[in-house]
Amino acid sequence: MATKKPTNDAWAPWAFFIAILIVWQGVCTGFAVSEFIFPSPIAIVKSLIEFAGPIADHAWQTFWTTLAGFGIGVVVGLLLGFIIGSSRFMYNALYPLMIGFNSIPKAAFVPILVVWFGIGTVPAILTAFLISFFPIVVNVATGLATLEPELEDVLRALGAKRIDVLLKVGLPRSLPYFFASLKVSITLAFVGSVVSETVAANKGIGYLMMSAGSSMRMGLVFAGLIVISAMAMVMYVAFAALEKRMTGWATRGMDSRQ
Amino acid sequence: MSQAADLPAEAPSARVLVDFDRVDLAYDDTGGNAIEDVSLTIREGEFVAVVGPSGCGKSTFMKLVSGLRPPSEGTVIVDGREVSGPIKIVGMAFQAPTLLPWRTAMDNLMLPLEIVEPYRSNLKQNRAEYEARARGLLKTVGLEGNEDKFPWQLSGGMQQRASICRALIHEPKLLLLDEPFGALDAFTREELWCVLRDLWMEKRFTVILVTHDLREATFLADTVYVMSRRPGRILVRKSIELPRPRDLEITYEERFTDIVLELREHIGRIRKA
Ligand SMILES: Nc1ncnc2c1ncn2[C@@H]1O[C@H](COP(=O)(O)OP(=O)(O)O)[C@@H](O)[C@H]1O
Ligand SMILES: [Mg+2]
Repeated sequence: MATKKPTNDAWAPWAFFIAILIVWQGVCTGFAVSEFIFPSPIAIVKSLIEFAGPIADHAWQTFWTTLAGFGIGVVVGLLLGFIIGSSRFMYNALYPLMIGFNSIPKAAFVPILVVWFGIGTVPAILTAFLISFFPIVVNVATGLATLEPELEDVLRALGAKRIDVLLKVGLPRSLPYFFASLKVSITLAFVGSVVSETVAANKGIGYLMMSAGSSMRMGLVFAGLIVISAMAMVMYVAFAALEKRMTGWATRGMDSRQ
Repeated sequence: MSQAADLPAEAPSARVLVDFDRVDLAYDDTGGNAIEDVSLTIREGEFVAVVGPSGCGKSTFMKLVSGLRPPSEGTVIVDGREVSGPIKIVGMAFQAPTLLPWRTAMDNLMLPLEIVEPYRSNLKQNRAEYEARARGLLKTVGLEGNEDKFPWQLSGGMQQRASICRALIHEPKLLLLDEPFGALDAFTREELWCVLRDLWMEKRFTVILVTHDLREATFLADTVYVMSRRPGRILVRKSIELPRPRDLEITYEERFTDIVLELREHIGRIRKA
């Protein structure tokens, strides 16, 4: 039996994307949909070009705010994940609390953050942080805590200290989990900063969309949406690529086990 | 093989390495004993096999020997000292090879040296020497040329060979093998019996091999212990008087199959009881 050649379908999503744009444009033109309700792709592109300067300004604000929140999230997530994953007691004590914390809608923190820090950048950074650190904690902790008991026996019988086992086995083992969580976290961080900006900022894409919406400039609102989506997607792809690069052994191990 | 092969397996002068005196172990207050009233002595250089039905406490026995668990009753003495924690003179291998997937075969072998003293402290200076030793071990088990391969590039049998090398790299006095060949196909298993036989004939460390394969136990061991169902007790101690070096052909001879049948009968009696 001939083995199937791997087909290259990379063009497919682009084809569909363009098809959607054409249908969208067709519907808007064909039914003469008002630009104040649902702007056509061409109208959105026009707004993108017309307001390129201010959009870039606001996008940059959102971008660095998100990265700042995400950065804090990575540091805190790694630390907490390490603490929770490295001892059974901490795992039992903190894991339920973390789950509880995670079930709080993070947008609900924004009013509190505004009272504490005022309107502006800080609440956006903190919301991005609050929403993004959780997947990192869970992944790192899981990677550390789910050590094969037999491997642990091999090492402990040699007199390995807890810290040896963590550094030599736990940490490298949790790296794939960590890198896998980064791409989830960065997209969540964008959610956090934009949500905060829509209600409590005077700069950033969230703010831009909110104020453009209230003056019925829907082309600009959608332009904001496109920009924020593009930023989130690029970051996702970047972290997915980083993951693949850093932890190739993990997926190759999977392949060979098939 | 080596000249040591001509010596009787249990030279009477050999020192006692492992001494169990009426040992019980209960994992928790409610479950009762996992093993009970186990007394035995293992001499330095002896090859011991422990057989018994699944769940009878064979792995528990290994945990007691290696100091991973303290006994609830009785005393465990290894290498002249009462065991009260990990004893560090052991190497262990299990049914799963548990190699680290991000390390090459060579780096997997170096792992124990990164943990056990004195290697740990002088690993930097002596790295070349230790790598040569690792290469030598890999060669003995037929893994020459695979030093830089990752575990996922090795077959199950090759991974298990590497795992046994890892257990031996720090030249432990005592090698603990818990069903190491259980997951392999029959041909690979018999190949690895010979690998283990040759390693042992050459280096004469003490081995405790847990298995549920009676042919494996008979082929490899000097002494076979049969354990009862939970709570595990030693039912029978059987010396295997077959001459060494043993070849696979011996497994088809009558004196070999007689021993296997005798052991089987003891196990059968456990089943009925
Ligand atoms: N960590 C543990 N905690 C509680 N019970 C255990 C533990 N490990 C093993 N046991 C119990 O002890 C008995 C012996 O187990 P084990 O030594 O693993 O058997 P074997 O290796 O012979 O199959 C079994 O009944 C098992 O359920
Ligand atoms: Mg077992």
